[in-house]
Amino acid sequence: MSIHADTPRSMPRFLWAGDSAVVIEFGNEISPALAARAHTAAAAFESANLPWLVEVLPSYRSVLAEFDPRLISPAAALEELQRIAETAAIPEGPASLDQLDIVSIPVCYGGRFGPDLHDVAAHTGLSPDEVVAVHSEPLYLVYMIGFMLGFPYLGGMSPRIATPRLATPRTIVPAGSVGIAGNQTGVYPMASPGGWHLIGRTPMRLADPSADPPCLLRAGNRIRFVPVDEAAYRAIEAAAATTARTDAPGIAAIPAQAEGGDQ
Amino acid sequence: MAAMLEVVNSGPLSTLQDLGRRGRMKYGVPPSGALDQEALAVANLLAENPEGAVGIEITYGNFSVRALAPVVLACAGAWASVSVDSIAVSPWTTLSVMPGEIVSVGAPAWGVQVYLAVRGGIAAPLVMGSASTCTRAALGGIDGQGRALRAGDLIATPDRPSPSPSPGPGHVPSLLAASTVTARAAAALAKRQAAFARAHSPAAASARCPVAIRVVMGPQDDHFTDGGRRTLVTEEFTLTSKADRMGLRFEGPAIEHSRGADIISDGMPRGAVQVPGDGKPIIMLADRQTTGGYPKIACVARVDLDLLAHLRPGDRVRFAALPAEEAHESLIHEQAASRASGRALRILIDGIEHVVTVCELQ
Repeated sequence: MSIHADTPRSMPRFLWAGDSAVVIEFGNEISPALAARAHTAAAAFESANLPWLVEVLPSYRSVLAEFDPRLISPAAALEELQRIAETAAIPEGPASLDQLDIVSIPVCYGGRFGPDLHDVAAHTGLSPDEVVAVHSEPLYLVYMIGFMLGFPYLGGMSPRIATPRLATPRTIVPAGSVGIAGNQTGVYPMASPGGWHLIGRTPMRLADPSADPPCLLRAGNRIRFVPVDEAAYRAIEAAAATTARTDAPGIAAIPAQAEGGDQ
Repeated sequence: MAAMLEVVNSGPLSTLQDLGRRGRMKYGVPPSGALDQEALAVANLLAENPEGAVGIEITYGNFSVRALAPVVLACAGAWASVSVDSIAVSPWTTLSVMPGEIVSVGAPAWGVQVYLAVRGGIAAPLVMGSASTCTRAALGGIDGQGRALRAGDLIATPDRPSPSPSPGPGHVPSLLAASTVTARAAAALAKRQAAFARAHSPAAASARCPVAIRVVMGPQDDHFTDGGRRTLVTEEFTLTSKADRMGLRFEGPAIEHSRGADIISDGMPRGAVQVPGDGKPIIMLADRQTTGGYPKIACVARVDLDLLAHLRPGDRVRFAALPAEEAHESLIHEQAASRASGRALRILIDGIEHVVTVCELQ
């Protein structure tokens, strides 16, 4: 139920999600500009350190904010969230890249790490090397984390390598697998059943339930897939394992590299 | 850590639960936690624990444990027979149990989830701040990796600087101690009894009452026709066998969408009533995925969320919509009433003990 009937186009809509949560919706399309507004509003809600705010979940074009009804009424929570959303420096256009975290994810493409690379090549009429080149070229936007711990919904894949899902899903997809389903690409942070065509695997540990935060990627991050050979894969895997054994945070972050150029 | 109990029979599904993981949905982590949070709180208070301590959520009963040390236990939730060495004691009460004695929770007469609390709490690894079991995401629980309880598991209380007072001998159920706890337990029991005692009576299904669930419309009620919205609040829906800690799938007249059954995926609030293409509503519970792509016509009001824990396949449900602020007032009023000084009377009917609450309402 829309709380305000006639909101101007540039203003977000505030929608009840029960009596202890509100959805702040910025529009109804998938675009980096709308996502930037949602992600910025979510960051503003979080940095306000409101004791009654329980969950803040940014997604493609909205934010779900859940509050503790023992601490605040729906009307008061709505008023406070509206005030923050209005005063937050919410960009009207895409944020400039130098403000964003860019995470490089090393991927060993093909072979036993990417058993479906040849199928994707056959489907798209490209060579396997061309599929790798097209997949590792863009700077992808993490629109949302969902589906499972640390799973990034990515935008920016070239339609040239779009490939339908597998007719029969695999019962187990290893953690770190990089896949294509339709015109989406993604990386499985944890082992899971899955129907995506697997074209490679990253040795990077993207999720660890015992770490805080438990996953590397956040909504609003930009990521780039960097092709590596199997020797480099093994070296990164070994380094990550050492880090996990000797250091508290189990997630080995590759230093972000600031690169220009959007897809 | 001192092992207090050994699981003898784990029943269909028994898991460790507290009040769940908070603030982790943005990482894709389901909140999990007890489906009936007030019943867990009451069981804990009866056991003299903090209300959010880890307890055992027992689904459909048929659960038993053997005491390895003198231990105080408390049950709340669904109305199930509880026995100590085959001697029936009343549900919703505190038990002092001696080593070697076996405490059994039978199949509930009404309701689904029984909560068993152990004085001193239950030791379990904290995963993202909670011990709650999420089997689907392999998080929390007795092993930290989402495993449900099974026969042979040892339940221990965590080490504490000051040990809790040791229970006296015998297993005579102690009367509910503090009057505030008594009143809160009585109010919670009365609400669940009113909702489910007749819904789950042995009478013919047609004679059973539907369960009333209050909802707040939105966030995507504008993705439905007027007729679709009317269908939700005027028709009855029947819970199918697709019911677990993740969600409840209903059968009933199709709820009509106005512009397709797909939305751009967004956050999934607790109690969301999402409607996929077939028009049949699904209510999302504690172990839900954090995001979803079906429109959510309404969300269950906080005041009735706990009732969802006790719905059984075949139960009929009627939804009633109310504004968010009214739903919140109902919740606050109910909490205030259950914490007011009330009197709880125990009466025996046909050998079954019932608790009747007498409250002064303003």
